[in-house]
Amino acid sequence: MFLWVIRRDLLLAMRQRADVLTTLFFFVIVVSLFPLGVGPEINMLRAMAPGVVWVAALLASMLSLERMFFSDYLDGTLEQMLLSPEPLSLLVLGKALAHWLVTGVPLALIAPILGVQFDLSIDALLVLTASLLLGTPILSLIGAIGAALTLGLRGGGVLVSLLVLPLYIPVLIFGAGAVEASSVGLGASAHLSLLGAFLLLSLVFAPWAAAVALRISLE
Amino acid sequence: MLKVTNLECVRGENSLFKDINFILEAGELLQVNGPNGSGKTSLLRILCGLAKPAYGEIQWRGNFIHSLDEEYHSVITYLGHLNGVKDNLTAIENLCISCALAGNEIDEKKAYGALQYMGLGGREALPVKVLSQGQRRRVTLARLLVCSTVLWILDEPLVALDNAAVDLVQRLLEQHLEEGGMVVMTTHQEINVTAVLTKRLQLV
Repeated sequence: MFLWVIRRDLLLAMRQRADVLTTLFFFVIVVSLFPLGVGPEINMLRAMAPGVVWVAALLASMLSLERMFFSDYLDGTLEQMLLSPEPLSLLVLGKALAHWLVTGVPLALIAPILGVQFDLSIDALLVLTASLLLGTPILSLIGAIGAALTLGLRGGGVLVSLLVLPLYIPVLIFGAGAVEASSVGLGASAHLSLLGAFLLLSLVFAPWAAAVALRISLE
Repeated sequence: MLKVTNLECVRGENSLFKDINFILEAGELLQVNGPNGSGKTSLLRILCGLAKPAYGEIQWRGNFIHSLDEEYHSVITYLGHLNGVKDNLTAIENLCISCALAGNEIDEKKAYGALQYMGLGGREALPVKVLSQGQRRRVTLARLLVCSTVLWILDEPLVALDNAAVDLVQRLLEQHLEEGGMVVMTTHQEINVTAVLTKRLQLV
């Protein structure tokens, strides 16, 4: 059941590859603009790299949030999911996971290549990937709440960013912080553990909150 | 048994309908009639638990449906105005996935059979977006062939269908009612279904 939702969303993403690639290219371009704009000052680039990559990842993952429920809402499949005998929060978890597989994972995988533009060390690149792998599912989960709340509203896209971006702040701080900490030799484990804690917390609460929001939006 | 007592639906300031009472037993068909905007769709959405009534109660076999929740979902099939099919998936994928999401996994062979029966033979592997409106409706209705639910709540199931398909659906409904199922449906078309008892509910 849970697997069916993931399989379905991945299948749909495969059929609409443009959507997936837009997010990825957005991420690549935003991250690449900074070295071009700031100039080849290596120390400055190194210092700003984690923040830039993480902010770009936040924006890229938000770009695709609106689609998480909207097309299902338009064609009536969301209505059918609400009538499923399985718990709705489980379905939402499946959808958030599929969203992460389609947006978060590619971002995390391409981030080390982009990090080279900022002259990050190998260690820093590994920590960057690890922090993105831990952090991007949180973005999808929290984003699911925002997407569910703004479903069917006019200008929902802008509203989603206003709702969700403040909630992304802790993830940004600890995600970017992990890379900074490892590059100054403090070790990233504290930051990564906190990210892991956030992930567990949002795994428990976000699907439930998004399910409640969906029921309200569809009434 | 579905029992509805004193149901009222309010939209904004206006009451769409109130004091709706009926009991639906096994083998019975309830046909909801009424002009556009009289609240037929709202009534059906309330009946399947998607919307909450302003007042009144709905009981399924003696239990309130909001307390049954997911258990209730496993005995109903709701087909609404929207077809609930994904344009980018093929007919067969749509059928398999929507059945799986309704908690009733079917194999491809069964799905092929259902689509064939609905007159979609040879078009099973086409993306639904290239099908006509009536053919999409047939994909949606194919779910009724393979589901094992008792209560069918159908909102204008005959829209966009040709005469042959209307006959097909009528036979499907008859068979379901014969087996002790229940149907609540809205339609503007005259239908010809023999049921143990056909009740009519007129909304104004």
